[in-house]
Amino acid sequence: MHTLPQQLANGLFLGSMYGLIAIGYTMVYGIVQLINFAHGEIFMTGGFGALTVYFYVLPDGTSMWIALPAMLIGGALVAVLIAVGAERFAYRPLRGAPRLAPLITAIGLSLALQQVVFNYFPDAKNDRTFPQLTSQTYDLGSVHVQSGQLFVIIAAPICMAALGFFVRLSRTGRAMQATAQDPDTAQLMGIDTNRIIVIAFAIGGIFAAVAAVAYGLRYGQIKYDMGFQMGLKAFTAAVLGGIGNIYGAMLGGVVLGLAETLATAYIDGIPGMQQLGGGSWAPVWAFVLLIVVLLVRPQGLLGERVADRA
Amino acid sequence: MTALLEVEDLRVAYGKIEAVKGISFTVQQGEVVTLIGTNGAGKTTTLRTLSGLLKPLSGKITFDGKPLTGVPAHKIVAMGLAHSPEGRRIFPRLSIAENLQLGAFLRSDKAGIEKDIQRAYDLFPILGERRKQAAGTLSGGEQQMLAMGRALMSQPKLLMLDEPSMGLSPIMMQKIMATIAELKSQGTTILLVEQNAQAALSLADHGHVMEVGSVVLSGTGQDLLHDESVRKAYLGED
Ligand SMILES: Nc1ncnc2c1ncn2[C@@H]1O[C@H](COP(=O)(O)OP(=O)(O)O)[C@@H](O)[C@H]1O
Ligand SMILES: [Mg+2]
Repeated sequence: MHTLPQQLANGLFLGSMYGLIAIGYTMVYGIVQLINFAHGEIFMTGGFGALTVYFYVLPDGTSMWIALPAMLIGGALVAVLIAVGAERFAYRPLRGAPRLAPLITAIGLSLALQQVVFNYFPDAKNDRTFPQLTSQTYDLGSVHVQSGQLFVIIAAPICMAALGFFVRLSRTGRAMQATAQDPDTAQLMGIDTNRIIVIAFAIGGIFAAVAAVAYGLRYGQIKYDMGFQMGLKAFTAAVLGGIGNIYGAMLGGVVLGLAETLATAYIDGIPGMQQLGGGSWAPVWAFVLLIVVLLVRPQGLLGERVADRA
Repeated sequence: MTALLEVEDLRVAYGKIEAVKGISFTVQQGEVVTLIGTNGAGKTTTLRTLSGLLKPLSGKITFDGKPLTGVPAHKIVAMGLAHSPEGRRIFPRLSIAENLQLGAFLRSDKAGIEKDIQRAYDLFPILGERRKQAAGTLSGGEQQMLAMGRALMSQPKLLMLDEPSMGLSPIMMQKIMATIAELKSQGTTILLVEQNAQAALSLADHGHVMEVGSVVLSGTGQDLLHDESVRKAYLGED
């Protein structure tokens, strides 16, 4: 049994990973009101991209200080390519179609991406060992931090801060805000909204790849179907935080990670709930939390008031 | 002299429903031209087609000597056509200053942009006082000022205004109309869509009356203002 501080730390690490993936859902939704249900698979391909770089591109024995950035770049390249390709060839032709059409497309795309990796990536049918870079753990008082956890706890705030500055201060970021608030009028300003949509998908891809590297470092292995659960959780996090809101996505991720970890650790200690302990119940707690929050605050934790949208 | 804007036999449809059924008109450099007509006549559809938000079924649009048909909306602004849309459509969660900066999205002359923002504040002092405030918190009239100021930020050759007086108090309406008159006196070319026919025709060099997708009457502003049928239908006389 871990101590409470250790549980909190574990929840925070897990939640940061959810938050990074959730950014992809929320950015795309904020700009085109589309839920990219293939985003979990974009996360997965980011992981395989990073793996490819390590095992098939870098020479053996490359120092982790070179390997880690190279894997991040490789993973991000693959994830961005697939995210942008999905936008261009799967979603864009369906803009203006009934909402069910892109949804079905997304499910098809998810299955296709899983099957392509399953069938063509060497030995992808089994768990592929993800390079560990270091087996060291770090101790902060009574809390043990493993290298993947350390990575995500550093990477997530950096990514979030960079995104926040980009959206608020850059010319493209301003154009993204305008497009999210009123796409037609954004075009009247001279903004190429198609380009903005591509950028939203690309940013989602980069964040998903960072999360996938964190996942690989944390769990030591990746698999072709890992995007399903993680994608679902991250989508839950995005809704929890208020879909369309980037800070909400990160907050939703952290809240979800903490809730899941704490519920898994402690709920079986409550009299009458002994049977509900253990990790297999984690998704249940995630969705219970989602339902409770949406009942109390339908717009999510940091969601925009609906009146603002019109 | 060739016209700044030339619209020839323009037809626009939503699905199978034709909203604009072959209209033609021109706007000369320095002129104010108004399109008037009841709700649903096709005025907004016409403007949205000119700015590239809608694709026409057929017809020809020539602006500043270049064809506009098929050019995407974000490139039309760059050619010098600005559109202040119906219902103002300011960006509610951005500040007034940010809204104005977005109007200059395609410009890169920082100093010139600052100067023009200052000019917008001179034209509408209330905007300057509240420059840091979210635009969604402004009143309808103030939002209209912002929408007009924002459209001017692109330094357009032609300014299109869609019902700038819609939903405004009489005092605010007068203020907006006075601003349009002032812009006209400064030489701005304007295509003005209005339901307030009296005010629009008084300002306009030329006017066109639209009814269910067609132009049914055209003339100088003064002619239309004194036209029997216009007075009956649009100026509430009988
Ligand atoms: N988005 C739309 N979809 C379908 N029909 C529309 C749409 N917008 C306008 N219309 C129809 O097109 C016609 C012209 O509308 P509009 O151009 O808005 O007129 P106006 O601006 O003169 O009031 C109306 O019959 C209206 O109902
Ligand atoms: Mg209209």
